[in-house]
This record gives sequence, structure tokens and C-alpha cells, in this order.
Amino acid sequence: MKTLVNRQFDFMGKRRIAFAISAVLLVVSIVSLLLQQLNLGLDFTGGTLVEVRYAVAPSLDAVRQILEAAEFRDVSVQTFGASTEVLIRLQQAFDPEVGDRVIELLRAEGEAVELVRAEFVGAQVGEQLRDQSGLGLLVALGVVMLYVAFRFQYKFAIGAVLALFHDVLIVVGIFSLFQFDFDLTVMAALLAVIGYSLNDTIVVYDRIRETIRTSRIDDMPAIFNEAINLTLSRTLATSGTTLLVLMALLLLGGDMIHHFSIALILGVVVGTFSSIYVAAALLLAVKLERKDLIPPKKEEHEEEEQLP
Amino acid sequence: MLNRYPLWKYLLILIVLLAGVVYSLPNLYPEDPAVQISSAQGDTTLDDAQLERVQQTLRDAGIGIKAVERDEASVLIRLDDPDYQLRARDLLTERLGNDFVVALNLAESTPTWLQSLAASPMTLGLDLRGGVHFLLEVDMDAAVTQRLEVNASAMREQLRSERIRYRGTDIDGRTLTITFAGDEDRDTARRLISREFRDFDYASEQEGRASLLVMTLTDQAVNEIQDYAINQNLTTLRNRVDELGVAEPLVQRQGPDRIVVELPGVQDTVAAKRVVGATANLEFRLEARPDTPDIETESFAFRNNPNRTADLMRDVIITGDSVSSASRSFDENGRPQVNINLDGTGGTLMNRATRTNIGRNMAVLFIEHKTRDRVVMEDGEEITVREPYTERGLISLATIQSALGNSFRITGLDSPTEAGELALLLRSGSLAAPIYFVQERTIGPSLGAENIARGVMSVQIGLLLVVLFMLIRYKVFGIFANLALALNLTLLIAAMSLLGATLTLPGIAGIVLTLGMAVDANVLIFERIREELRNGLSIQQAIHAGYERAFSSIVDANITTLLVAVILFSIGTGPVKGFAVTLSLGIITSLFTALLVTRSMVNLVYGGKPVKKLWI
Repeated sequence: MKTLVNRQFDFMGKRRIAFAISAVLLVVSIVSLLLQQLNLGLDFTGGTLVEVRYAVAPSLDAVRQILEAAEFRDVSVQTFGASTEVLIRLQQAFDPEVGDRVIELLRAEGEAVELVRAEFVGAQVGEQLRDQSGLGLLVALGVVMLYVAFRFQYKFAIGAVLALFHDVLIVVGIFSLFQFDFDLTVMAALLAVIGYSLNDTIVVYDRIRETIRTSRIDDMPAIFNEAINLTLSRTLATSGTTLLVLMALLLLGGDMIHHFSIALILGVVVGTFSSIYVAAALLLAVKLERKDLIPPKKEEHEEEEQLP
Repeated sequence: MLNRYPLWKYLLILIVLLAGVVYSLPNLYPEDPAVQISSAQGDTTLDDAQLERVQQTLRDAGIGIKAVERDEASVLIRLDDPDYQLRARDLLTERLGNDFVVALNLAESTPTWLQSLAASPMTLGLDLRGGVHFLLEVDMDAAVTQRLEVNASAMREQLRSERIRYRGTDIDGRTLTITFAGDEDRDTARRLISREFRDFDYASEQEGRASLLVMTLTDQAVNEIQDYAINQNLTTLRNRVDELGVAEPLVQRQGPDRIVVELPGVQDTVAAKRVVGATANLEFRLEARPDTPDIETESFAFRNNPNRTADLMRDVIITGDSVSSASRSFDENGRPQVNINLDGTGGTLMNRATRTNIGRNMAVLFIEHKTRDRVVMEDGEEITVREPYTERGLISLATIQSALGNSFRITGLDSPTEAGELALLLRSGSLAAPIYFVQERTIGPSLGAENIARGVMSVQIGLLLVVLFMLIRYKVFGIFANLALALNLTLLIAAMSLLGATLTLPGIAGIVLTLGMAVDANVLIFERIREELRNGLSIQQAIHAGYERAFSSIVDANITTLLVAVILFSIGTGPVKGFAVTLSLGIITSLFTALLVTRSMVNLVYGGKPVKKLWI
């Protein structure tokens, strides 16, 4: 690790390549979202509910595996009242034969099982919730902008919020591109990505601000490089530990948190990248200068003192 | 001197940590399957004789009782075996009749000494633990009848203002009939009404000497009414469940006319059942004048005194739907009352009606749709028949002293509980159509047991990897950071338990993220200390400067994230809210552990001593 610290990477020199990568990812995301939208899960779309009764209590995981191995997606299997009654929710548009198909599949294993009922179920997430969450995110971004503008400077605020948009859009875009299931857990992961990415951006910003204040040169790219290099070992350590946890979740955590961990892993990688190449590099694009952080008023004040 | 804490700081940290350990303890005790009983009005409970009979009933059926607990509002019976829970509920419902509500529950089993400290476990969400499942049916016929009643009221108003005389209105199924004395009146009325009300098929009929205008709702109109009814009910139920403070419920449409409500375990399911299923609404009407024709009046009894009745106008000034906010309070004599604010239209209507009627009486009519189950013998088999019925009773009849506006109050309620629940119902909106409980079951976790076990194991392995990483990279300081991490987790669980937050899979996401951020804060500090050491500061100075300089980064980063969490909490609903709670609590605990706790450990070990080498 020590060698890392002493070597200076020229981050800002490669920012045009990074911008190009970001642009490509953003375009792919937007095009994919426009063309094939998101593959929304049971939580958002609703589907079919099938209630079955077994003679002997079955293994719920086996039931789930049988159904997933067949044609069904997004299967939730729960005991219902007694351990022999099972409630199955499927993301499958309702038609009267779904119940019979499910029973057929389950009987194929030689189990004694009968159908109690099959009905369609509506979405768990109402439109109201969807609208409110969207509104909530916009308000949250607005307040973050205000806070960053107040603690740093408005140019920083623009960079921070654009970096957040960038991260969320790319994660959502990749989910659309590969048609991964987008359910409530993925939505939670997205919220977590916003938190993580913001955290990362602010740490880099804080160091940039400090370096601008203490250094004597006006060469912004050089100052940025120094600041980013100084936080690099921290960035790698934090992203590394978070990714360690997430890799454990992905590889060992089972189906239910599979997409959840994918969203978070994508988010952490994109978020780390964007704190350097979107949030920081954008400050160069909007021409951040030393006087943005050290108010000229102070200099005038010093001059006045020197006069007499 | 550098890196020394005063004694009070160590003590403060110690007290907080101790509290954290105590309040996170209840999570180690599992829940019991239970049934909960309380009166339908929500203010009394079973007396001793009834309770003894209840226990006898269960014993006779061979159902093992683990414990019986009683407080002012309800009785909780813990059972030995979850498979008997449904049977116990059915037996008791049959035994106790309609005066009591019996509901399934998952009861916490926190030891008494912890309970006396108000410690309780956090609720696990529907995905991790399961909960109670209610299936409700929307009464579509009633939705249609209600719409017809509203239409009939509007038509009568129109006929009166055009001075067309009619004998009466009658509703049967989806048909509304108005009776006139002659063909001429009927035909004029038909022209007038058919211009305004386009949802009907019109027909003119003759019955004896009376002329009838028969209006039948079109199929399309019926479909629209039913769609509206179920969507409106979904929204209202979501609001009600949110008002109850139940975290992370599920409210979902099922089939053409049913709604599923699922609530996570460990809570007052009786209250939930009463509020979810309540179809109470209010109507404000004027009292009839002695000379008002009979067809325009209706007679109602008082709720608390069935022998006293009053004649009211058929026309409704406003209903509970116009209420924009409602809250419970007490009047000068300490009796419960409900303060009501109306929306704009409601306020205008109320003002118009009261302005011209000062000195007359206005009545508040309480309407409740209920069902009772009756067992009848048919072909030698016992079948349970559910009969819907409507209870209408006057709450108050008061003289209009002056024109009323947007806000006023309702008195004459029986108990504070009733006032509170009425306020909640008015706030969260009334149902577009009555609903009935069809089914009530406990439901297992929606994530399979194996999935949960794997999920928990993967989080543990992930954390273990982080602990190892910190140890290898920061050596002695890694030990500090890992201790802080463990304490952070304890504090977070304690805080969530204290607030009664619900832990779901998205909530675990919040925890993983905050643990990541807690490590991040320490990483920032330790890296900074290393850097200051390289810059040639002495060991004590480097520690001091490391904490000092990393402080602004840590605080800024955490405050921005906290802002996002707080806004998501105040605006979001359901799962978004749950995530926001976990994240906010996590940020606060990780700021505490990363800034104060590790610092105190570092100070204890290194502070004020000559240190030759720092193992960092």
C-alpha cells in the first residue's frame, strides 16, 4: 500500500477518456430504458396467487425450485395458516389455467396436493407510493444541492447532484439492459447507492477544498490530482470493504438478494468512479477557481490592513 | 494534554453502551403464537368469569395455554403450538359472539425485568418473519346502491328546484325509480334528468295511476363504479394502515373484488382489525321541521339511548368524505370530542346550509356497516351465513347558534378510544364501499427459511471479511475499529427496537450501508493519522491531527446522507420509509462510535503516554 501513496496517478489528465466512458454508459442506459424499459418484479406489476393444500407439509424451497425451474418467474412461497397450506405468488399474468399448471408441476414429484384457489393479485406498490418516492428523491436531491452549496460552493453542488443522477441512471440502465428483475429490494439498493455515492463524493470534495486552500499553485488539475491521490488509499479501503460484504451477499446470499447485491455492487463501482470522474472532473468543466473557495473579500480586507 | 478525555466522557460512553446492550437483548427471545381478545368498542375487556370460560373452552378442545395476560384494553392468550392458533381463534369467536374481536397475534416473550425497562424486540417484516394475513371482500352491491342514493338525492334536489312534484324515489339493485302523479311531470323530469345523468338507461312505465321513471345503470357505469370502489378502498386501507403506525404492511388487490392486508407480527392485531375493517362514516343532516312532508324525513335513534329518536331530513349536508383533518381532544368537562376541519367544498356547503337555518337543530349521524355470522342448518349441514347490516345512530343533535365554517367539533362520544378511532377513520378517508373480513390467517415469511438463513450467513461472512481486513491493514487500530463496529451494530439494533422499527430485507440494506460508512469514518481517520506521521508529526500530535482533520469530511459526508434519509422518511411510504429509518439511525450510531468510541479507546491506550511506535 505504501508504494501506492508515493506514486501519483494523473487522474485529471485521463478525464476525457473517463467522460467518454460515462457518456457511452449513459447513452446505452437511456436507450435501453426507452426501448425495453425495466423488467418490473411482482411487487410492481402484480400477478397470480395460487393457494394449494398438501397432505404432508412440503419443503417450501423445493416448491420454489420446482416452479422456477419451470416457466415461472419471481416466485414467492409462504406457509398459510397451517404448515400444509401454501400460498404461492407468481409474476404471471392471470389466466384460469395457471392454477392447474402449478398443480400439475407440483404433482409431478409424486406429492399429494390439491388446488384451493387461483386469483390475480394487484401490485403491492401503489401508484401513490411510486409517485411519492419519485417526488421524495427530487426533494432530497434539491436539499442536498442546497447543503453542498452552503458548505462548499454552488459549483460543487452541481457536480454532486449530477454525479448522483449519473450513478442512479447507469445502475437502472444496466438493470434494463440485462432485463434483471427490478423489485422493491432493488429499489432499496438504489436508495443505498445514493447514500454511498454521496458519501464518497463529499469525502473527495472535502479533500479538494482543503488542498485548494493549502496549496500555493493555481494549476487546478494538479491540485485535484493531489487531493484524489491523498484520498485514494481511503477510497480503495472503503470501496474494498463494502465490496467484500457485497460479494459475500452475492455469492452466498441466495436468490432473493441476488439482484439486490448486483444493484449495490454496480452502485459502489459506479459511485466510486463518479466521485472522481464526474463529481471532481466536472468542477474543472465548470471552471472552479481558488477564489470560489477563498472569498476575495478577505483579500481586500488584508490589503486594507497593509495600507497604513 | 493531548489525547486525554475527561472522566465524564468515558462514563457517558459507558452508559450509552450499557443501554445499547440492554435494549438490544429482547431480540434474543422468540415470539409466541397467541390470540388477542378485546371488546368491539375498544374500551372494555373480558371480566373474570368470561375469562375463566374462555380458558375452559380452550382446555376442552385440547389446546395448550402457555400464559394469559390482561391489560385495560385486551386479553392476550399465548399458545403452546402455532398449529392450534386458528382453531383457538374460531372457537373463541364462536364463544364470545359479536361483542368481542378476536385476532391472531405473535406475542413477544421478553422477560419481565426487560419489559419493566420498556425494552422490546424489533419487529421482523413480512419478508423475514411473516405476520397476519387478512382477506377482505368489498361489497360491490353496496357500492352501487350508495352511488344510486347519491344520484337520487341530487335528482330530488333538481326536481324541487324546477318545481316538479314527485311522490317518492325507490332503489332496487341497479335500478332507481321515481314515482310521479302524472305523465306530464314524468316526461318533463325525464328530459331534465337525462341531460344531467348519462350513466342510465331510461324507461317510462305506468303502474296503476302513477307514472314511473325507471332508470337502470348501464353495464359500463356499474364497472366504473366497482373499479372506483376497489381502488378507493385500496387507497383508504393503505392510509389507515399507515396511520396505525404499522411499519411495512402489504395492501394488495386480489381477484375482482377482494383486498389483502398483511401486517408483520408482534403488534396489536385487534386494534388493526377494528380499524382496517371499520366502515364508519358520518353524515351531517338538519333536523326535520314539524311540517316537513314524511317522504323527505327519516327517523333515527340515538346511539347511547335507543329509546330516544329524532326525525331528520333525508338530504345530507356533507359526509365524512369532506373532512380534511380530524383529531381527538377533550372538552371543558373532560369528555372526549373530535375536532374536525373540512375541505373547501365541505366548508362552503356547511356554511350555506347553516347560514339560512340558524336556530334549527343539526344532527351528526354515525353510520357503520357490519356483518354478523349466523349458523343455519341446510340439508342437514351447518353452514355459516354472513349477513351484512347497517347501523345508523345519532351521535349528537345540537342547535345551530351561528353559521358554521370549516372547523367545528363533535361531542357525545362514549369513550376516548372511540373518539380516537373515529378521528383516525375520518382522517384516513372513508371507504367507498363496505368491506367484510373473509379470511384471517397467519402467514409465513415471503422469503424462504433457507434464503433467510443464507442471507444472514452471507452478511456474517461479509462482516468477518471486513473485520479481518481492518485487522490486517490497521493492526492495533483495526482492533479499535472492529470493537466500534460491534458496538455500532448493538446500538443500531437497540435503537430500532426502542423505536419499534420493522426490520426487512431493504432494512438490512440500510444496515450494511451504515456499517460500510462506519468503517469508512475510521478508515478516513486512520489514513489521516498515517499521513500526518509521514509528514513528520510526533505520534501524539499525529493522532490528534488525524481525528481533527478527518472530522469535517466525516461530518459533511454523514450529514448529507442523513438529509437524504430524513427527506425519504418524511415523504416516502412503506418500504422507503423503513429503509430511511434504518439509515438515519445507522448514521447517528456510526458517528457516535467512529468519532467518540474509537477515540476513547485510542486515548485510553495511547493518550498521555510516551509511545515509541504506533501499530497502524
